[in-house]
Amino acid sequence: MTDSAVAVILGKKEKFERTPDRRQEDFHDRLFELEADGELVVQRVTGDFVEVPTKYGIIKKIQKSNLWHHKSCGQCGHIPGYSTSIFWIMRKLGYEYVDPEDQTSCTAWNYYASATSNQAAQAAVAVRNFAAAFETGNFPLIHCGTSYGHYKEVRAELLHDAALRQQVTKVLGRLGKRLVLPEEIVHYSEWLYAVRDEIRARAVRDVSGIAVTVHPACHYYKLVEGDAIFDPDVYHGQRTAAVSGLVMALGADLRNYSTFFDCCGFGFRHILVQRDFTRSFSTLRKIEVMKEEADPDVVLTHDTGCVTALDKSQFAAQAHERNVGVPVMSEAQFAALAMGAHPFKVAQLHWHSTNYRPLLEKMGIDWRAAWAEFQEEAGRLKSGEQEFLTWADVDA
Amino acid sequence: MPAATKDPYLKRDHVAGHSDVDRATKERLISQVMADSRFGDYLYGCYECGICVAACPSARFYDFSPRRIAQAAARRDVDLMFQQMQEDIWECSQCFSCLRCPRGNNPGGVITIMREVAVKEGLHSAKDALAGYSRIIYKIMSTGTQVSPDMLQPDAFPDWGPEVKDVSENLDLWRRMLPPETMHTTTTGWQVADRTLVELYVIWLETGALDMIAQVDQGIHMILEEIMEEKLEEEGIEI
Repeated sequence: MTDSAVAVILGKKEKFERTPDRRQEDFHDRLFELEADGELVVQRVTGDFVEVPTKYGIIKKIQKSNLWHHKSCGQCGHIPGYSTSIFWIMRKLGYEYVDPEDQTSCTAWNYYASATSNQAAQAAVAVRNFAAAFETGNFPLIHCGTSYGHYKEVRAELLHDAALRQQVTKVLGRLGKRLVLPEEIVHYSEWLYAVRDEIRARAVRDVSGIAVTVHPACHYYKLVEGDAIFDPDVYHGQRTAAVSGLVMALGADLRNYSTFFDCCGFGFRHILVQRDFTRSFSTLRKIEVMKEEADPDVVLTHDTGCVTALDKSQFAAQAHERNVGVPVMSEAQFAALAMGAHPFKVAQLHWHSTNYRPLLEKMGIDWRAAWAEFQEEAGRLKSGEQEFLTWADVDA
Repeated sequence: MPAATKDPYLKRDHVAGHSDVDRATKERLISQVMADSRFGDYLYGCYECGICVAACPSARFYDFSPRRIAQAAARRDVDLMFQQMQEDIWECSQCFSCLRCPRGNNPGGVITIMREVAVKEGLHSAKDALAGYSRIIYKIMSTGTQVSPDMLQPDAFPDWGPEVKDVSENLDLWRRMLPPETMHTTTTGWQVADRTLVELYVIWLETGALDMIAQVDQGIHMILEEIMEEKLEEEGIEI
């Protein structure tokens, strides 16, 4: 065969080699191998943890307490009730955490928008944050879907590219830090999934009459998809269980729609400088389809960009008499509301665009009274009686 | 890379477009794309099935196709890849829905690399696509957080509804009403420690990320360079 004329001809053809088994490797093997070789430090999961199933059957460990919150710039900047709700739930469930100042953004929103960075810079930013978490002894919990997806990409590149590893190690050396990777890269929605029964046990509001559609974040389950949670009890394991698993645990009316797999239209660059695209995609391919097929009371998702695109895009679409007008929030905010969180002091819904008041009424929340309370607190800050609202004020 | 005269995909000028750019320049740029260490993991040929196009949000609203990206890259079609670098790549949403490819291709990843080269080389497509975006580059590189509360201004986001005006008018007060102490800020998403910023600046400088900015916006590059050098000098750090 090798001597045949055809083989000679085909021998000239470029070959695109890949393993026949499409499943991704279990990255842990390489991670621990490099640790044994002294090339990097692995931050282990410690204390109480939950094992969860991922797409190709690899078990993922979710540490429950002592978490280092890797915040999201889009959440903290424009959807502050998102981050606040994550913290609030953790406090209510009695888990310890650190809200660090020695954290930077993953900078991946900018990278996917503008490409004004490079592989080494992105990797160095990621592992600098991981090193900062390691130094506190708390395990990183990633708030943003894009940070989570990008960090998984970075991990794969560092594990398999010795030159990149060397370059990043050198940069970290200038910072007095070692190359640290956590045993698992964990998204907050995975933590919520892991403790969903505890959340349900603390729920004080009946959400069984609330119709919910879920938008899964592309960067959560399309980037390095083998590391996302897939549960046979949620969509028969054919779609990611993040968000939906929590919605089911809370007993809400989870509804299906046909463009579940579609992106939200965020686009990274587009949401900032070319929003006609974002508005069109978000409303025509997601919100209108959900309204037509499922008529939800709320859309729940688990990423910064998705909440932004799906919520903010609906205002302008109203001018075109499109079938829009459904509130959008993270599942963290929804779960917090179900657990009795204040809609403005915790969920911060006044930062959202689409009308959320009918949803609150359906959940049995008197939003007028809640807003009056919020305004009263604002008055105390305006008068100088108090400079900041604290967790104690929120829990009062 | 085959010699230009032997390239079966070589096109006549009016088809290839960008006839102001010579073939050697195009080959140099495309060689940079293919030399990226990620390229081999992002491309395994193309079945031409179109699944990536079906999943792609940008393909629905633009004359854009991730399949064309994968096919051009697999063929090493220098003219077409250059044309895509100038005309197509900035339409991509970078959502990576195209990773649904049954062949295991990552057209979105190939585009990330093509964009990086477009930025490094200062191609006009990069400058055009990033016009109006400089303030974001400035924000992320200088503060370590990408979007800040004070960006929520009605003139910047008139299509986001009246709540943007409410937020901007009450910004300082509403930020102080956030229970997490790190989030009382208005110019950054959260409070970033000074030492952390210094570390971030070292990363931008050591990895050449800051140099890339000079190609797309010299003004922002100069400002960023000055800020970083001043900060590092204060800390006694030499790059």
